[in-house]
Amino acid sequence: MRNLKLIIHREYLARVRNKTFVVMTFLSPLILVGMIFLVAYLSSLNTSAVHTIAVNDQSKLFENEFQDSETLRFINLSGIPLEDAKLIVEEKEYSGLLFIPEKDSNVEMAKSVMFYGKESPALGILQEIERVITDKLTTRELISRGVDISKIESAETQVSIQIQNFEGQRTSKMSNYIKMFFGGAAGYLLMMFIIIYGNMVMRSVIEEKTNRIIEIIISSVKPMQLMLGKILGTSLAGLTQFAIWVVLGGILITVAASVSGLNLVSPPPMAQEGMDQMMSGEIQQLIVDVTNLPLGTLLVSFLIYFIGGYFLYSAIYAAIGAAVDSETDTQQFMIPIILPLMLGIYVGFFSVIENPHGSISTIFSMIPLTSPIVMLMRIPFGVPWWELAVSIILLIVTNAGVLWLAAKIYRVGILMYGKKPTYRELYKWLKY
Amino acid sequence: MAENISKQFGDFTALNNVSITIPKGSIFGLLGPNGAGKTTFIRIINQITMPDLGRVILDGSPLHPDDVRKIGYLPEERGLYKSMKVGEQALYLARLKGLSKAEAKEQLNYWFTKLGMTGWWDKKIQELSKGMAQKVQFVITVLHRPKLLIFDEPFSGFDPVNADIIKNEILKLRDEGATILFSTHRMESVEELCDYMALIHQSNKLLDGKVDDIKRKYKSNTFEVGLTSVDENLLLNELQEKFKIGNANFKSITDDLKVSIQLKPEESANDLLQYLISKAQVNHFVEVIPSVNDIFIKTVTKNA
Repeated sequence: MRNLKLIIHREYLARVRNKTFVVMTFLSPLILVGMIFLVAYLSSLNTSAVHTIAVNDQSKLFENEFQDSETLRFINLSGIPLEDAKLIVEEKEYSGLLFIPEKDSNVEMAKSVMFYGKESPALGILQEIERVITDKLTTRELISRGVDISKIESAETQVSIQIQNFEGQRTSKMSNYIKMFFGGAAGYLLMMFIIIYGNMVMRSVIEEKTNRIIEIIISSVKPMQLMLGKILGTSLAGLTQFAIWVVLGGILITVAASVSGLNLVSPPPMAQEGMDQMMSGEIQQLIVDVTNLPLGTLLVSFLIYFIGGYFLYSAIYAAIGAAVDSETDTQQFMIPIILPLMLGIYVGFFSVIENPHGSISTIFSMIPLTSPIVMLMRIPFGVPWWELAVSIILLIVTNAGVLWLAAKIYRVGILMYGKKPTYRELYKWLKY
Repeated sequence: MAENISKQFGDFTALNNVSITIPKGSIFGLLGPNGAGKTTFIRIINQITMPDLGRVILDGSPLHPDDVRKIGYLPEERGLYKSMKVGEQALYLARLKGLSKAEAKEQLNYWFTKLGMTGWWDKKIQELSKGMAQKVQFVITVLHRPKLLIFDEPFSGFDPVNADIIKNEILKLRDEGATILFSTHRMESVEELCDYMALIHQSNKLLDGKVDDIKRKYKSNTFEVGLTSVDENLLLNELQEKFKIGNANFKSITDDLKVSIQLKPEESANDLLQYLISKAQVNHFVEVIPSVNDIFIKTVTKNA
């Protein structure tokens, strides 16, 4: 135990004192915040540009239909031949020319609308134009078939389904988004942590091998102790880095936001409109939703899965580090790590969000290599306690098994020099 | 101290039923060509690898995990953390061996002063030369005052000056009561330092014992002589009839007949000397003692 503490202490200091680590710790938040502001700035530039579109409307149906907006300006070029209109558009460097021909039926007209332009227009612009034309033509078609438009308009309703679970908690659609956000963030955070700090563990193992200090150390301590110390020390360094990032990032965003006058915390205009449309009761509901999340379970299971998942993968990383001589040789062994992590994320973002309790989500939240990520994403949606228990027990058992196997590979690998091992050789090491 | 050690790696047998006794307070040379199993044997004593069969006995009781504190090990493949300060990592490694921080500091100061390394404390290993780094490694090996010191090829990479310093320190440690196990394929150092030796070849122990005893066993009752006589050819013919004669190479200031004479086991050196005196003037008379190198080559080729 004494030695384990010494090793953890050394590993922690070695990581934290590393120049790259220090630079990354303090530079990353700066870069990240800088990026956010750059993107915000660029997108504000982009949307402020006004696109001018000329309309050559032979049918004369749409004279008053196209409304100028913040980003779109329509110029009426109707009444002249198409070719002339094209020339004018080219000369004045408009974004494009919309051509609506005169046709007998609405259906035929819908098919023959054309857009001319130097570059293909943004998807948003096209959608806006299509919407206007579709609305107009549909209305016309309905009238021509003798339908009373005013009746249809009065019949239109807005639906917002209220969801209530059996315990009587009211939820809303928004709460599903919140659950997705919490679960997704937790899963993604775990994946990043595993990749960044698992790699650090691996590099530290390789460093000891290439420095040839390993034999001196394991004449004093058990290889298992050294491996555990490394994993723990590195994870502590990782937590330190994360904590600094959170604090620094928070400070930076607040400072930068107040300096630049941009209010990033409030939702963008589009969402604002959406919010306005919601009943004020729904905002209250939102707050209730967040507090109604299984926060206690979420926190405890987050810790369990975070530690379990990190240990599982770090042990594999350590074993890989012990098996190879240099970082370039690690490529062939990376697949068993990256594949389940990616699978976990994909299952999480597609299957869990689609159907949190479907069989795919359930199965992958049981398999130990993917369970930390997938289960973390499922938990906000409410998972039966027995599923949670089975998943955690499986994770712990696998952890013990993998740690044991990794320790065996580690024990042999750290004393092997100059050989590029294969999977077959690793299997042989297990039996030494 | 080691009984019937066997170790296999898959199909490969690294050590086959090897037993070696290292007397307390001696310097013991473990010899063998590359790949003979020396390092495996040493790793078993250090509990880095476990033997498949057999056991190691230290001071009369089987080896215990805590015994690593009594052992100092300088491996053949050795190095230190490149970016860690000398003092810091020496402290760390000493504390892993069970020393308290204060004890480790005290010992470190003692050795650093003794070997003229006081200014190195805050230097990083990457700023030191290779020889300096090896000195640090030596200090780290002996820092916790181990009863058993194991050196695997200790002099490889040392310049002659530092090698001499280290050699003297090793002898001093022996005199202070430490037992020292040397693994090497450099015979001169065994000749110079070792009281006992063992030879391992292709996973088997071929011979072991006191260096002097082994030499006695391997000597062939051969003498190198330098003679001056009136008619050297006549003398040579006479000697060839009576004894088994070989060529001899040694330095002498007189221009004389140089031969090596191998006696039969029942004949003694005095008989030969008396005979020679009666025939010629004897300038040089030395018994040929086999060097460890000769014994090594002879044993290994015989068993190849």
